[in-house]
Amino acid sequence: MSKGNLLKSSLVALLLSGGVLSAEAEVIKIGYIDPLSGPFGSTGDAGVKHFRYAAEEINAAGGMGGMQVEVVAFDNKINPKESLVQLQKAIDQGVRFIAQGNGSSVANALTDAIAKHNKRNPGEEVLFLNYAAVDPALTNKKCNYWHFRFDAHVDMKMAGLTDWLRDQKDIKSAYILAQDYSYGRAFTAAAKSMIEEKRPDIKIVGAELHPIGKVKDFTPYVQKMMSAKADVVFTGNWGTDMTLLVKAANASGHTVPYLTFYGGGLGAPTAMGKSAVGLVKQITEFHENIEASEKQMARVDDFEKTNNLDYYYERVFTLMNMLDKAVDAVGSVDVPKVAAELEGMTYETPYGEVTMRADDHQLMQPLYISTFSEGVARDVENTGYGFKTDITIPAAATETPTTCRMRRPS
Amino acid sequence: METVVFALLNGLIYGLLLFMLSSGLTLIFSMMGVLNMAHASFYMLGAYFAFTLGQHTGFWFALFLAPICVGAAGACVEKWGLRKVHARGHVAELLFTFGLAYVIEELVKIVWGKFAVAYEIPPELNYSLFELFGSQYPAYRIFMLAVSIAMLAGLWYLLKRTRIGLIIQASLTHPHMVSHLGHNVPRIFMLVFAAGCALAGLAGVIGGNYLVTEPSMAFSIGPIVFVVVVVGGMGSLEGAFIASLLIGFLQTFAISIDSSFAEIFSFAGLSADGDIGRITIASLAPMLPFLLLVLMLMLRPRGLMGEREF
Repeated sequence: MSKGNLLKSSLVALLLSGGVLSAEAEVIKIGYIDPLSGPFGSTGDAGVKHFRYAAEEINAAGGMGGMQVEVVAFDNKINPKESLVQLQKAIDQGVRFIAQGNGSSVANALTDAIAKHNKRNPGEEVLFLNYAAVDPALTNKKCNYWHFRFDAHVDMKMAGLTDWLRDQKDIKSAYILAQDYSYGRAFTAAAKSMIEEKRPDIKIVGAELHPIGKVKDFTPYVQKMMSAKADVVFTGNWGTDMTLLVKAANASGHTVPYLTFYGGGLGAPTAMGKSAVGLVKQITEFHENIEASEKQMARVDDFEKTNNLDYYYERVFTLMNMLDKAVDAVGSVDVPKVAAELEGMTYETPYGEVTMRADDHQLMQPLYISTFSEGVARDVENTGYGFKTDITIPAAATETPTTCRMRRPS
Repeated sequence: METVVFALLNGLIYGLLLFMLSSGLTLIFSMMGVLNMAHASFYMLGAYFAFTLGQHTGFWFALFLAPICVGAAGACVEKWGLRKVHARGHVAELLFTFGLAYVIEELVKIVWGKFAVAYEIPPELNYSLFELFGSQYPAYRIFMLAVSIAMLAGLWYLLKRTRIGLIIQASLTHPHMVSHLGHNVPRIFMLVFAAGCALAGLAGVIGGNYLVTEPSMAFSIGPIVFVVVVVGGMGSLEGAFIASLLIGFLQTFAISIDSSFAEIFSFAGLSADGDIGRITIASLAPMLPFLLLVLMLMLRPRGLMGEREF
């Protein structure tokens, strides 16, 4: 290569890298902070795959306000302290939108840290988009302007489950099992008070909190439920704790209804098998057998084909598309304006209209109670079994009052 | 009554699994004076090897092959790693095995991924054997019980009734004398280390599908194994056996007890609404082995059956 050529090619390289740089400025980064290793690693991994798929969809349609979206994943090992380190790392990388869902203990730490960050760094605000942490406090006592929740919280879901329970006259006793942290405690408290309110004749024969992610064999817990003669089990478990619980229930032949939040997700159906048919129920915003447009079904199929994973988090798509709508309306990544746009926004999902309630930043969306069944059109995790809707709860009926007194930035 | 029976059965199985792990650890300790921090990592390797081998040969071959592979890996570690470090004293050895534990964990993550693998119970054993008080009892659990007891009997016979066992026992206490008698003591060390790792591997093979096979499994069971060895008495197989069962029973019984501090200490006026009164015995289960460890070190530092103190 002659000297002249060398000069030319380095010039070209310089120009190219400059081009890359200016393209980078056009990228909206979503910082995904969730467990990507350890016992809940597979749950976090499934979440990020949904986010990445939604981002690709938005990018293919021209991006958010003309800017491309990129999902950057940070492993927090489901540890609140580690999450704050990862949050700082994300902010340093120019991330302005944080998405998190696994673990209300993490969400509680993040919402505080983000509120503090935004107060100290006006003009560099960060938004917290919560897709699955369901501790009611996050939109009540601890509500914060920068936090938006796209999943129904514990009290809303529990209200749905206990409404179902109201009509089950042959159920006389209930057992509550949840993980020992803020979410599990909220679950237990909600279950106790709502059962007492709606079915005072039902005896709560046990309420147990177990260490999260530590129990490898749930048999002693299942046997405790059996000797307590529980007619129904309420469990808030998720991730491996849900999978291992149903595995143990299955092995011990525990055949009573299990009312769950997360029985349909990410590994649990595989562990359930035939013996859980008709018994495991879940309350969710989505399962594959809800009537929806062909376009939505094509998306579900394509997601499952690309990722070799069940489509599970409809709310991730709701979150990304609502953010898209807000950024489009603002036309830039001006976080306070985007937040103002999200507040009170309504959006048409494939499963009906949803609203981001302005009072507390809690999304109101239709919920479905469904049962693990045989002979359904679409199965979960190639088990041959799937979920069938028992009850549809319209978005308005899921509303619960909030104690939030939102303090908006002036 | 049924609670007691179930807790006994489950505690027995968990205890025997712990013994399978701790027997190797305590043998290695009493022979070489080295606390093998990487011991639980060999347990994890056993589970992963059985998972991979099982896909090609089926579970039954893997049951024998995987522990042999783990034993071979252990022998290599002893011959080319530990033996060289041995000359620099116990601290170097401890640090070596400590580092090894992390190396193995990262290797497992690279080879098998960060998440749990689908290592399942073989279909031949995936049924309920009998029904007890309306609850079914899985056949696999009884199979685990059988394997553990067979291993226990085999180990006892090997150590107490064979010539090799005699030499091993002699090397435990009088390595120089055994060496003068013409035995290759380093080779005996290597064999014991390999056998200890193979036992941990066997525990992994039968425990991996009963519990969960994931990269963090070594670190979740590791501390409990050390508790067993310390409580039982360093280097004592009998002690390790008793301590394993004790901890197995302790944990399963604690989970099945329903009362809270408020109920137990009601005579002291503890209310159920207070922070202390609310604590239930069941929620203490994960802490109990470590409480036992602390108490044992305070009150009887040499453990239940141990001969030397720390």
